[in-house]
Amino acid sequence: MAQMTMIQAITDALRCELKDDENVLVFGEDVGVNGGVFRATEGLQKEFGEGRVFDTPLAESGIGGLAIGLALEGFRPVPEIQFFGFVYEVMDSISGQLARLRYRSGGNLSAPVTIRSPFGGGVHTPEMHSDSLEGLMAQQPGIKVVVPSTPYDAKGLLIASIRDNDPVVFLEHLKLYRSFREEVPEESYTIELGKADVKREGTDLSIITYGAMVHESLKAAEELEKEGHSVEVIDLRTIQPLDIATIIASVEKTNRAIVVQEAQKQAGVAAQVVAEINERAILSLEAPVLRVAAPDTIYPFPQAESVWLPNYKDVVATAKKVLEF
Amino acid sequence: MSANKSIFDAVKNLQEIEETFEMVQILNEEGEIVSPDLDPKLSDDELVELMRRMVFTRILDQRSISLNRQGRLGFYAPTAGQEASQIASHYALEKADWILPGYRDVPQIVWHGVPLSQAFLWSRGHFAGGQSPEGVNVLSPQIIIGAQYVQTAGVALGLQKRGKEAVAVTYTGDGGSSQGDFYEGINFASAFKSPAIFIIQNNQFAISTPRHLQTGAKTLAQKGVAAGIPSIQVDGMDPLAVYMATKEARERAVKGEGPSLIETVCYRYGPHTMAGDDPTRYRTSETDEEWGKKDPIIRFRKYLEAKGLWDETKEEAVITDAKEQIKAAIKEADSVPKQKVTDLISIMHDDNSMPVNLKEQYELYAEKESK
Repeated sequence: MAQMTMIQAITDALRCELKDDENVLVFGEDVGVNGGVFRATEGLQKEFGEGRVFDTPLAESGIGGLAIGLALEGFRPVPEIQFFGFVYEVMDSISGQLARLRYRSGGNLSAPVTIRSPFGGGVHTPEMHSDSLEGLMAQQPGIKVVVPSTPYDAKGLLIASIRDNDPVVFLEHLKLYRSFREEVPEESYTIELGKADVKREGTDLSIITYGAMVHESLKAAEELEKEGHSVEVIDLRTIQPLDIATIIASVEKTNRAIVVQEAQKQAGVAAQVVAEINERAILSLEAPVLRVAAPDTIYPFPQAESVWLPNYKDVVATAKKVLEF
Repeated sequence: MSANKSIFDAVKNLQEIEETFEMVQILNEEGEIVSPDLDPKLSDDELVELMRRMVFTRILDQRSISLNRQGRLGFYAPTAGQEASQIASHYALEKADWILPGYRDVPQIVWHGVPLSQAFLWSRGHFAGGQSPEGVNVLSPQIIIGAQYVQTAGVALGLQKRGKEAVAVTYTGDGGSSQGDFYEGINFASAFKSPAIFIIQNNQFAISTPRHLQTGAKTLAQKGVAAGIPSIQVDGMDPLAVYMATKEARERAVKGEGPSLIETVCYRYGPHTMAGDDPTRYRTSETDEEWGKKDPIIRFRKYLEAKGLWDETKEEAVITDAKEQIKAAIKEADSVPKQKVTDLISIMHDDNSMPVNLKEQYELYAEKESK
């Protein structure tokens, strides 16, 4: 075991997979000799060579096409989109092409591609770097969407994503890259995609969340405990498909729930979670399921992040509304 | 300073570049070899086979239009007029090569090994139409114009990494050369020096929009300059010129010299697609007539007849054969079971990783279908 930040755990996962499977290729803008703009691919080109870890021209759509073409020749591409705000340039390659390769070939061809991309607020990035656009991906049949919140989860989920025989979008929150360390096994291990994790057990309220909001929710749970409320925090980890069983079991136990996301209220996946609970566990609910989300504006100018981004205080306030309904 | 006197020779630079892209022709409209030094010198058998495929494809187009009108085919983009561009370029390929076709490029994948019945199923909208046989290196016709270009750069890089002696070939139209993916595709392949052949079939119109409204560039071939790749404009109604350009591009590619761009100047005699497009709204009968004289089949027929390699009996035999094969293929397509929602669900993901939402929906529809 070693103490790792999330970014180190990600690099470690890439290293494990590059070592274990010669079909794994890592490529993108500045991921080679530079080791990535966040050092996620640090040292990998040196260790595995330019044939396995390489830079590309600056064109996201081309990167997406490259991944699809390489998959057709039996490779297992792990391309990087430098910031997920740039996904619009490659929406066709991902949602219009990658997602449907197996389907449109009647199951004959496959696209085992894992797209890694950072996103998320709280670090004063310039425009279009921090936007939470996971909701767009989650609406596209054919793609699984993974958002880890801890170093341990990041490594196991990334290895599982790379080994998945269908496309996975793996979103890495910028603020979580180096915010804390955690014990991470040095060997390969996987965490099943589509499985949520109960990060904290409780009996009065379920908080269902993902990404940086997991940590805000855990902080809120501590605050609420001081006031005598036992709060369960569920980290979705995979936001498409949702782990319905874990969500519903928790709600049936606590009878109250909120869903917490960093994305705008009209975006993200919170509405989907609420709908699933309404369809499957309405008779267990003592109160409506409320959402914590950002305002429905464009992502804020950097100086306005602190007043715009949802934080643990918003979680506490919404939790109380539900607890006191 | 006067406006027409320039310090930099930007205008001259452009003129010089554009002048280098003169259309290459080997066989003229009369079926005469006009560039003997470029003649690919195909054997008699090869020449006859190329003619057979072109005639077959013309019949396939005629029958497809008719079957579409009868409601026995669905989406169909006519190909008549483009036989040299489509078939002669394909004729220069090998079995190991990959083809990433556009929506009008069904003939190429058929000659590469996709059964005619599957091509018909693709037209109708059945998933079995995309199930190309193993070892037939093709994708289904691409509907998103330009997407096939970036994907070709990827396949070519894959072939290069595998050390295979093969190329990835893709096609788009004149309108498609305005897309971002068109440029990104040729540029990526150039940066990686990958074995790709990019073909622009300039059939003069993108639906109703004439070629000159796509770009002020004098040729589409010159767009290769932006990617730094060898490019050529050929007479796309001339099978020998198209064959030769493709063959040469293939040789360069497998030798590790990178991608090429080929513009074939051609014409579609029919509408854009059979979905209600009416070419008389944007094309004159004079233009149609003018291009009719350039017909690739007429000029190749003249050439082969003069060599004593072709006659009416041979052509009739091809036509009969084509009609029989088409009839059999339609019959085969008719016999394919109808699609069920459970079929569509099961081709979404690997069997071992079907997401929970789909597992649930599978059960739901299996129940529905069992009633």
